[in-house]
Amino acid sequence: MTLTSLDPGILKASHPVPGAPNNWKRFFSFNTDAKVIGIQYIVTSLFFLLVGGLLAMIMRGELITPEADLVDRTVYNALYTMHGTIMLFLFMFPVLNGLNNLLIPCMIGAPDMAFPRLNAAAFWLVPVFGVILMASFLVPGGPAASGWWSYPPVSLQNPLGHLINGEALWITAVALSGVSSIMGAVNFVTTILRMRAPGMTFFRMPIFCWTALSAQTIQLIGLPALTGGAVMLLFDLVAGTSFYRPEGGGDPVLYQHFFWFYSHPAVYVIILPVFGIFSELFPVHARKPLFGYVFVAIASLVIVGLSLVVWVHHMFPSGVPQWMRDLFMVSTMLIAVPTGIKVFAWLGTLWGGKIQLNTPMLFSLGGLFNFVFAGVTGIMLATVPVDIHVNNTYFVVGHFHYVIYGAATMGVYAAIYHWFPKFTGHMYFEGLGKLHFLLTFVGTNLNFFPMHPLGLMGMPRRVSSYDPEFAFWNVIASLGGFLLGVSIIPFLLNLVSSWVWGPKAPANPWKAIGLEWLLPSPPPAENFEDNVPTVISGPYGYGTGKPLVEHQEAYERALQEA
Amino acid sequence: MTSSAPARFNPAAVAAVSAWVGLLVLLSHWLGQQAYRWLPVQASSAAPLVDDLFSLETAIACFVFVGVVSVMAYVLLFNRAEKYDMDDAAPVEGNTLLEIIWTVIPLVLVMAIAWTTIGVNREIGAIGPMDHSHGNTNEAMAGAPTAEIQVIARQWSWEFRYPDAAVSSTELHLPAGRRVGLQLESADVIHGFYVPAFRLKQQVIPGRSIAFFITPTREGRYRLRDSEYSGTWFAANQVDVVVQSENAYQDWLTRAATQPLRPGISDASREYAQQQSRLRSSGYPTVRPAPPPMVNVPGSNTLPHAG
Ligand code: HEM
Ligand SMILES: [Cu+2]
Ligand SMILES: [Cu+2]
Repeated sequence: MTLTSLDPGILKASHPVPGAPNNWKRFFSFNTDAKVIGIQYIVTSLFFLLVGGLLAMIMRGELITPEADLVDRTVYNALYTMHGTIMLFLFMFPVLNGLNNLLIPCMIGAPDMAFPRLNAAAFWLVPVFGVILMASFLVPGGPAASGWWSYPPVSLQNPLGHLINGEALWITAVALSGVSSIMGAVNFVTTILRMRAPGMTFFRMPIFCWTALSAQTIQLIGLPALTGGAVMLLFDLVAGTSFYRPEGGGDPVLYQHFFWFYSHPAVYVIILPVFGIFSELFPVHARKPLFGYVFVAIASLVIVGLSLVVWVHHMFPSGVPQWMRDLFMVSTMLIAVPTGIKVFAWLGTLWGGKIQLNTPMLFSLGGLFNFVFAGVTGIMLATVPVDIHVNNTYFVVGHFHYVIYGAATMGVYAAIYHWFPKFTGHMYFEGLGKLHFLLTFVGTNLNFFPMHPLGLMGMPRRVSSYDPEFAFWNVIASLGGFLLGVSIIPFLLNLVSSWVWGPKAPANPWKAIGLEWLLPSPPPAENFEDNVPTVISGPYGYGTGKPLVEHQEAYERALQEA
Repeated sequence: MTSSAPARFNPAAVAAVSAWVGLLVLLSHWLGQQAYRWLPVQASSAAPLVDDLFSLETAIACFVFVGVVSVMAYVLLFNRAEKYDMDDAAPVEGNTLLEIIWTVIPLVLVMAIAWTTIGVNREIGAIGPMDHSHGNTNEAMAGAPTAEIQVIARQWSWEFRYPDAAVSSTELHLPAGRRVGLQLESADVIHGFYVPAFRLKQQVIPGRSIAFFITPTREGRYRLRDSEYSGTWFAANQVDVVVQSENAYQDWLTRAATQPLRPGISDASREYAQQQSRLRSSGYPTVRPAPPPMVNVPGSNTLPHAG
């Protein structure tokens, strides 16, 4: 652990590195290296982003006219169900777990995850349930078509009566996704708690690790409820039980509680790591310490606690008593406070900084813009009388796409560009990146802003046709949707061409502070191996001149010599 | 740190910030007034209450959103790094006073909104719809005026029965100016009873009978939409609500009672029949629509509606 043991050999070039042309095969194998698994997750999730996006293009094509004319109504219903399911369970969760795999071990100075084999198994479940879900397009009854909520009794209607039906495959896939996420969560939580570098106390940990820890804790608490609820649904569907069937004495509203007890916190599983990404990127690209680090860290934990007690705000019109509505309105409102602390902390970080408008920073700023917009509509949704009007209308769809596309997906893009040089060893092309940003930012707002007036006017969500008075805003939304489709082209072009032809990346292209930037690009399989640095200060010492680790110059010199 | 301290008390900066905040307040107030125009006509006693709340929230939302975006715009204009300047900025690591301020102010603000809203909830409950909207029949009906109208949701049609007048219809007729009790029931899956012009919505849950109260206030023709996804023809499960003066309403009931029963409106059944006549279907297998309910007055769902 001392300088004498620092062996420049940590940079042995012979280490197999992710992406090295001679060993691409390992991306298709049961590899236990977190950096390989991270890339496996991200590439898989981007594939499903394309699939889910394609379905969305067809939906927007249908909705560009009021009549149900492009596809049959049954097909539309299957499309929107699969769109939501794919985007959440096969894009959003896997891409974030990909980032967790790449970033957590490097950021805390661990050689790998705590349980590498469990890690690989968790990943390989993703293509497995992905295939199961896709296979539902091939069964005679067609895929599940009752939305990503899958509320009974409508989800239990099985017109052909087959045992193998789209809904059963859907439940199986979602349950396997839950198993995979729990396996991942056990791993991430253990790794963060047990494998930090010497000197890296909790309050010297990068915010991304704080948010990952918070998000994965939610998974551990919430997923059993969803899995239990889903298993009961499967029994009702294929074994004739009546947990939720009213004619057998069951209660369909019970399912709604199970579902939202997990699925509200699930949205924080998505946004918390994105808060982490913003908290990492703003300091680097504004060249300033994160404003109020301790408050930002603690706010993540407060959000975890609150997110577990707000689920009924998805059920205000479900026949819940008035006192419950009032109670859950108050708890929902409270979430705005820790969220506000984070937003103001980012503004405080930007204030007086030296801002560099490169692609990761553009995506972070655009993501923050969209997030604040989604936040203020979230407060409107939390107030019961307004929610009663706009619940299950396009207003809600607008709100959550601003969060999930506008903030979370843009935050993920920011992270991909920011850490691309680190994990591939190549720089991306800035011009293509900026074009990607421009198309995404304009497309997101064009696609999702019109949903707010539509919802206020009373257009329900999940419709395959609508009254003509809604046509105007739908045309604009569809154009925005197609623009978003186009925006993927420069993105993928950039990823592929940079990885193959991009200029070689230095170890620390952003002059960033953090353990991952003390590793070569790409890092060797075991990261620091035996030379794990000892952390001596907080993670965002920009402008303070404080070194992050003991013998920092020696580490930097070793990188330069390589 | 030192360089930014004097700026904080620079009178010109204080004046500029105050002027900007003043402008923001004006802008937010104006947008709050605009908010009414984004909503359908107000046709129930609940609607103005909901709209006032929404207008207030729009104003607050505008202030917060534009305020944050102003800061972002400012730093983008004035805090950019020079080209090739890779140096760090002055390290400001935090400020406890600011942290307290921006924790307490949002806390007070959202609790004030919540407090106001609980009041609005009470008011809406007292004059009408939601107070008895939960629980099973007996509990909900205790002490409530007996429902005048029974609403039956099906895959995919709406049937309205007026037991006292022995009338049934697939167009909901309501008298203006008094509280009307509805009994919401579903024959199959969960549906949603949603009339945007009333700003009211309630899940209709099979196995329950939910008492629901509305005070219509404006005569006219409005849309009733299914708001809880209910399967293949969910989107087509919409009919009209006709709010009339008490006299016209009573007349309608009297005349309706003399009409013979015939099939009511069910767009789903019509579309389904058309599809069956085609040779092959382009979709997945579907639940068959329930036959159109037999009613005295089918009504119409193709006339122009006000909201
Ligand atoms: C200030 C913070 C927020 C508040 C107060 C808030 C409030 C709400 C409320 C009340 C609803 C239910 C609306 C309804 O169905 O009638 C809702 C829906 C939703 N929110 Fe938020 N929200 C906030 C932030 C977020 C964040 C950070 C996410 C994260 C990704 C998110 C994702 C969603 C999603 C996915 C839905 C809809 C789920 C569905 O119906 O399919 N929201 N939000
Ligand atoms: Cu979507
Ligand atoms: Cu929620």
